Formats: sequence, C-alpha cells, structure tokens
Amino acid sequence: MGLKEFVTRRIIQIVVLYFAIATMLFFLFRAAPGDPLAAYIGTGFTEEQAAQIRATFGLDQPLHVQYWKYMTSLVTFNFGLSYITGDPVWGIIQDRIWNTLVLMGTSVVLAYLIGVPFGAYLAWNRGTKRERFGVVFALISRSAPVFWTGLLGIWIFSFKLGWLPAGSMSQPGVTYSSKLAQFTSPSFLRHLILPALVQAFYFYSLPALLMRNSMLEVMNEDFVDFAELKGISDFAVMLKHAARNALLPIVTAFAVAAGFAVGGSVVLETVFAWPGLGREMVRAVIANDYPVAQATFLILAGLVLIANFLADLAYGYLDPRITYD
Amino acid sequence: MSDQNTTALDSESNVDALDTELSTWRERQADAWRRRLAFLKREPMGLAGILIMLAIVLVAVFAPVIAPYNPTETDYGNSLEPPTAEHPLGTDSAGRDIFSQLVFGARPALQIGLLSAISVAFVGMNVGLIAGYYGGYVDDALMRLVDFAYGIPFTPFIIVLVALWEPSKWTIVGAIALLLWRQTARVVRSHVLNLKEKPFVKSARTVGASDRRIIYRHIAPNVLPLVFLYGSFAIAWAILTEAAISYLGFGDPTAVTWGQMLQSAQQSQALARDAWWWFTMPGIAIMLTVISAFLIGRGYEEQLNPELQEP
Repeated sequence: MGLKEFVTRRIIQIVVLYFAIATMLFFLFRAAPGDPLAAYIGTGFTEEQAAQIRATFGLDQPLHVQYWKYMTSLVTFNFGLSYITGDPVWGIIQDRIWNTLVLMGTSVVLAYLIGVPFGAYLAWNRGTKRERFGVVFALISRSAPVFWTGLLGIWIFSFKLGWLPAGSMSQPGVTYSSKLAQFTSPSFLRHLILPALVQAFYFYSLPALLMRNSMLEVMNEDFVDFAELKGISDFAVMLKHAARNALLPIVTAFAVAAGFAVGGSVVLETVFAWPGLGREMVRAVIANDYPVAQATFLILAGLVLIANFLADLAYGYLDPRITYD
Repeated sequence: MSDQNTTALDSESNVDALDTELSTWRERQADAWRRRLAFLKREPMGLAGILIMLAIVLVAVFAPVIAPYNPTETDYGNSLEPPTAEHPLGTDSAGRDIFSQLVFGARPALQIGLLSAISVAFVGMNVGLIAGYYGGYVDDALMRLVDFAYGIPFTPFIIVLVALWEPSKWTIVGAIALLLWRQTARVVRSHVLNLKEKPFVKSARTVGASDRRIIYRHIAPNVLPLVFLYGSFAIAWAILTEAAISYLGFGDPTAVTWGQMLQSAQQSQALARDAWWWFTMPGIAIMLTVISAFLIGRGYEEQLNPELQEP
C-alpha cells in the first residue's frame, strides 16, 4: 500500500470515528435525565411561552430531525444558539479554539523539548544515582495534579513574587487588530508563560520516561554496538545512532500527550482563567448550556483525532520500514 | 522420586510419591512467590511505593480514629487558622480542620482508584484476550472500539457524564472505566497475538481444549502481569482524574475529597489570603497516593521488561 492510499484510508477512518463520537454525544445529552431547558424556562412562564422557547432551540422537532440538524452542524459549524445568551454557538467558541491551540501547542512542544533530552540523559546514566533521582523526579511531576501545581505557581510567581499575571490571557480593556497581533504581543506572552510551564512540567515526564526506556532498548541493538566498535565517540553514538531510533515510540506518544493535553484544557484553563475551549466547556456544563457544551466537546474531540492522525503520519515518515498495511 | 508407574506400586510408596510431589509443589509455589516479590529487593522504588500505599490504606481504614475532628464540622470562630497544636495543619475559611479533612479524603481517593483499576483491568483484559485470540472480524470490531475510546477527550467526557447524571462516586468510577480500558486492551491484545502461536496453546488445542479454556486457563495467566501493571497505573490515573473532577466542582457535594478542598481553597481566595496550609496539603496528599501507585507499577515494569534492567 502506498502512502497516498494509507493517508486516504486513515482520513476516512477518522471521519467515520468522528461521526461515531458525535452520535454518541448526541444520545448522551438526549438520554440525560431532566429538562435541558429547565434552567432557562423558570417559573412564571406560561405553557405557550415555554413552547415558543423550545421551538427557538429546535427542541420541538422529532428526534431524527434534531439528529440530522446536529450532524450537519459538524460540517456547517452551525451549532445553534446558546441556551444562556441566545447567541450563535460558533461565534462564542470560534475565538477560543485558537486560544486553546496556542496554549496547548506551546506546552506540549515545551514538554518535548525538555523531556526527550532528559530521557536520553537518564538512559545514558543507567544505574547511577543521577538516573534514580531523575526517574523519581519525573514520577513526582507526573503525580502532581496540574491544577495544584498551577495554584502553587500562581501563589509563588504572582502573589509572592509579583513576576507574572495570575490568570486570564491579556490585560482587560486592551483590544487587538487581529488574533496574530494579540498572540505576538508582549502582554500575551507574559500571560502564557505560567500556564504553559505548569502544563509542560506535567507532560515532559511522558516523553522523558518513554525516551529512557526506548533508549535502553535501542542501546542493546547490534547497530549501536557496531557503531561503538567503529570507534565513534560515546556522544555521537548516543545522538546519531541511539537517539534517532529511540524516537519512534516517543512520536507515537505525542498523539497521546496531545490528546491528554487537549482534554486537560478543561482543568488548566479553569485554574488560569484562560479563555479557551476547556474553560468554556466547564462553564457551559455547569450552566446547562447544552449547545455550547456539545460544540466545545466536538471541537476538542476533533483536535484529539487530528493529533492521532498526525502521529500516524510522523511514525511512517520516521521509520522507513513501515509499509502502511 | 519414586517410581511413577502406578500400577506396580504398593500403597505406601504411593503415599510417599504424593508427599514428595506435594512438597515440591509447595516449594515451587513458595519459590514463585519469592521470585514475584524479589523485585522489591532490587527495586527500592517499588518497595517505597508499596509502603506509602500501605500507609495511606491504613489512614483511610482508621480515619475516624486518626482524625481529631469531624471533617465537615464548621467553626467560624477559628477560621483560616495557621497550623497550631490544636489544629496541626490549620483550618479552612469555615473553620474546618484541614488535617481531619485530609485523613477522610483518603477514603474516596482509594475507593475510586481501586474500583476504577479493577474495572479497567477486567474490561481491558477481556477485550484484549478476545480480540487477540479470535482475530478476524471480532478483532477488527473490538479494535475500532478501542480507537473510538482513544478519540474521546478523557476529562471532558467524564465531566459531561458526571454532570448529566448524578455527581457520585459511582458515576465517576463508571465514567473512568468506560474509557480507560483502552490501553490495557491494546497491550493485552498484542501480547495474545504472540502467545497464541506458542506450542503450549497449539497443543492445548490439539487435545481438544475449548476456546474458553484456552483463553482463560492457558493464555490469561501469561497476560496477568501486564494487566496488573496497567491496573496499578489505572489507580494513579483514576485518583488524578477524580481529583480534577472534584476540583472543577463536579464531584459528590457531600463527600470530603482532596480535589474539593482545593476547589474551595481557590474559590475562597486562599491564595490571596496566603493560607498556604489550605492549598498545599491536599495536593501533597494526592501526589503521594498517585506516586505510590506509579512506583509500584514502575518497579514491576522494570522486572517484566528485562531490557530495562541493569546489565
């Protein structure tokens, strides 16, 4: 099977998967006990008014019509109206997608930049005290919940030292001509540092521990011995021969890390009041704002699937032996 | 050993043979256990994990004895007190004793961790065994299900489930179990694919063992170490997830949990009020519990994978 065929097949698989997940979500919300508009239709509403509100949100239609509308919204991005504000859902979340992507992208890249060399270092120091200490350290950062390290970070760097802002994404009242202008402004970067570092402090341990295991396995392979026999320096063997081959499983894990990071945005963004998809979803779920909750979930799921797909591609690219079947 | 040809044996040597066999069997069992537990000596980290876990289990079991106060009892006269002899870890803004809350918080954490791990191990092992053993359409269907579970954003899914149904321990365990089996299933399956080509499986089939017998009698014991490994990681993930869910405000409102303590700390401005005892301690408790599960799993993994062992 060629690359083209492989990519096409994966894309079809992912689209099918996406529609399956969307279907599950649809029935999950419909099967939930209670009236979705209970928060909206308070007491004092007449039967007619309630019916009118139901009609506004399309809840008076039969289930299959609602389902069809919902599924087409995946393509048209017409996710309906927010139960709380009455605004179009897409307008509410459109901006937030970028905010989430920038934060998650920065933290995952940071995590890999720290984690991969750290893991290689641990493997190279196999059996020493340094290695033991390093592994325990990585496990500690993996065990500390992000919302807790986030709180500690805010306490230390914002409240105690006053170096960094405690939350949100920009100073209130400042407007930017475009998203790009905002993302490149110094104020934004200052707001980005703490949440990105906190998330990276959690996620670096995954590539680090994987890299360590993978390096240890690779270091037993013949070609590494052979390179050593040829008289190549330790450092070059490690960098050119061992590390490159050890990277394979780490690339696959990138999808897992990105997936977890995207899902974890609900926590990280809540701690730092970051106006992204995750925080919006938490707000929407608490407020029973189902259209917004569904749409944010669907976008997050889409991002997870895209991350999986990219990892597949990268894996095939890195390992020439893979024949895509 | 005495003669195994039973037809020619008198009863006395028969008993002897049985005795020897029994004692060698016992020795073998003891040996197997010694080998299973031997990793503790070589893996001080694994041992540390077990000790920490044991300590937390003891705290959870004897919580009413250990905790000096009722964890939900408010005392507004003594709110936000820093650690004193009376309140060793201080009080929160409602005057509740932090130490007592921590002690009682060990209960839901361990319950959710263990229950989730058991369900994850059970589902993951069975899906992996069946998919790997039968192959073909069964395998395809189950692996698409695994892909499906991998495509769902983990924490958001649990929030939706817990928020739509009721915020209880059981919903959280159920939600975690619904997704987290995916990894165990995948790993077990690829292991089974190898195992089913082994001579012992083939000979079992030749003598007419049923599929079920082959799967659970011959193959399953060989994947149990892996299931145990991923089970211990599942404890860690489940505890972290439950803490996050409670922190976000979707937990059981009547329970005292570490995540909830952190939520109320942040909401009551504990950071700005410098009440460090309130927001540091629950995090440390979560971290210790989670790391003990990781350490146990990791120590065990090093033993399972000989390439990770020291030369």
